[in-house]
Amino acid sequence: MRRRISIAVVVIVAVVIVAAVTVYLVRPGMLPKLEEPKQNATTEIITRGEYLARAGDCIACHTEPNEAAFAGGRAMPTPFGNLYSPNITPDDDTGIGLWTADEFYRMMHSGISRDGTLLYPAMPFASYTYVTRADSDAIYAYLMSVPPVRRENKPHELRFPFNQRELLIGWRTLYFNEGEFVPDPAQSAQWNRGAYLVRGLGHCSMCHTAVNRLGGSSESREFEGGMIPNQNWYAPSLTSNREAGLGEWPLQDIADLLQVGTSMRGAVYGPMAEVVYNSLQYLTDEDAMAMAVYLKSLPQRDTEPRPPSQARLVEPTVMENGRRIYERQCALCHGEEGEGKAPAFPPLAGNQSIMMVSPVNPIRMVLNGGYAPGTRKNPRPYGMPPYSHILNDEEVAAVVTYIRVAWNNTGTPITPQQANELRKLIPE
Amino acid sequence: MDHNTAGPRASRSLPVRSVVITALLAFACLSSAALAEEGDDALPAFQRLDSLEARVQGCVTCHGQSGQGTSNGYFPRIAGKPAGYLFNQLLAFRNGTRKYPPMNYLVAYLPESYLREIAEHFSDLRPPFAAREITPAEPGVIARGKSLVTVGEPGRGIPACVACHGERLTGMEPGIPGLAGLRPTYIVAQLTRWQVGERHATEPDCMKRVASRLSDLDITAVAAWLSRQEAPSDPSPESPNYVRMPLACGSQPQQH
Repeated sequence: MRRRISIAVVVIVAVVIVAAVTVYLVRPGMLPKLEEPKQNATTEIITRGEYLARAGDCIACHTEPNEAAFAGGRAMPTPFGNLYSPNITPDDDTGIGLWTADEFYRMMHSGISRDGTLLYPAMPFASYTYVTRADSDAIYAYLMSVPPVRRENKPHELRFPFNQRELLIGWRTLYFNEGEFVPDPAQSAQWNRGAYLVRGLGHCSMCHTAVNRLGGSSESREFEGGMIPNQNWYAPSLTSNREAGLGEWPLQDIADLLQVGTSMRGAVYGPMAEVVYNSLQYLTDEDAMAMAVYLKSLPQRDTEPRPPSQARLVEPTVMENGRRIYERQCALCHGEEGEGKAPAFPPLAGNQSIMMVSPVNPIRMVLNGGYAPGTRKNPRPYGMPPYSHILNDEEVAAVVTYIRVAWNNTGTPITPQQANELRKLIPE
Repeated sequence: MDHNTAGPRASRSLPVRSVVITALLAFACLSSAALAEEGDDALPAFQRLDSLEARVQGCVTCHGQSGQGTSNGYFPRIAGKPAGYLFNQLLAFRNGTRKYPPMNYLVAYLPESYLREIAEHFSDLRPPFAAREITPAEPGVIARGKSLVTVGEPGRGIPACVACHGERLTGMEPGIPGLAGLRPTYIVAQLTRWQVGERHATEPDCMKRVASRLSDLDITAVAAWLSRQEAPSDPSPESPNYVRMPLACGSQPQQH
């Protein structure tokens, strides 16, 4: 018996020694170096173009769901009627197959199509004008490399007088400043990279700057937020610390929100989930951080201390109703004190997007729920269930009012009427 | 159903004390069951934060904590349906080929691998069936429903439901859903949507062929009879090679 045990011990020791030697011999440094696959100039430019096309989120507008990528035809509802995005695959007859790199750059930079027509500003050329010639050429090379798809462009359905393209001359005079991005020498390379991405390819101002009745946005009000026309979500101000102003956020949380879709402070839903899903999740860590650095540095408004909570001004029965609903339906995930379980379930206490002057987003979240986008760094996101079939307008108003004013939150009460208006909308 | 994630656990060696505690716990359970409000089965609930169960809380207010369905008449039971069927539906909702805006919105930005995982999660669950919801119907209508479900009407090219959805109406792996436990409003709505072309399946779309041969009365009859059936003791779907199917279905690859 003893002998058997000692043989077993010897065998085990031998196995361990052999394993250790094997691990030592095949440790990373000792393995023959794999040749880096050689990238020729064409591969390099197409790969870079693909990355930049994603940063610009071309695919979101230029692809119909379930149809070939970049073949266009997606309806863009605007307050002036429907626009249809064109086919930007390299098909000679129906796409951009015959375009030259010069013509592509003129379109990106000046908003003028190959045949000289002026583009409607649904194409964000007011942002893309910042894009460098080299980057435009890379995007062009990438688009020329995707499969050409034969698909005729659908004519726009704009109401008179907006279907008169001559009007665009006036629009351009008012709202369009042509010119590539000029780096600010007083700022770091990282800041400048972030500014280039946010103001150029990222075209963030398309939603985060209020659009006026002429579909224009004023530069002096850049990133001050606004309702997204026809989508009925509120794109919060990126400059106000009372909204999505990021002055008080740690850089990593900003970068995570953009690239991962969720963070310790909150997650993205609705139209911003689409942007993260199609575009921002593909950014490198460096570019996501550069955008964070730039966004955090935007001029900050509303930096004075927040006003005291209005909880005591809310009708006590409403407050009590809201608290009861919260404890029954919400507290398990968002915590008894609204502390959340970040990043899975966002905190509600101190959450700027809940306290904003516009209550649209928190009401919509309660009515329709929502999933953060599934991204490369967060492929299995958590989700919030819809409550539109469980809570009536009074109850929605009570619970949204409660989370806007409880725990020293500084939002304002909302009315059942506000809940009712959003209930009528189709979730999107 | 109790939705607390952690309850007090009694583990003392004194037998008397443990009996008292057990009795107290039992009383607490009974009284909380007695106090249970309507809709408790649709409240968020999960055991562990880092789990799929916690991740699919977005589903529970409509489909119930375990996919058993809720007291709301429309939302279907999804627990125990074949994973292939659930995955096809999630994908169709994401891609917009099956239209129901609340679902289209929720899954719009979820990757395919995750949708498959969610489908498998609910497919593996076997919660008890919710109480039946029986809508009033004439005996003749119910008899017609029974005949359509169990025999079909070969003269009009209508196969029996059980020919594909299983003798126990629990569906068939991998792509055919169970009909057991579905509410009449849901069954009527889906058959009608198929009839008018609002719901589709992968071609060849066998359900379109079936639904287009059904009259409104047929649909009411089928829903009325189905809603009167007792829950099956084994809710698992049948295996795919069990029967030959009367119609070719794109979402159910034939093995023969």
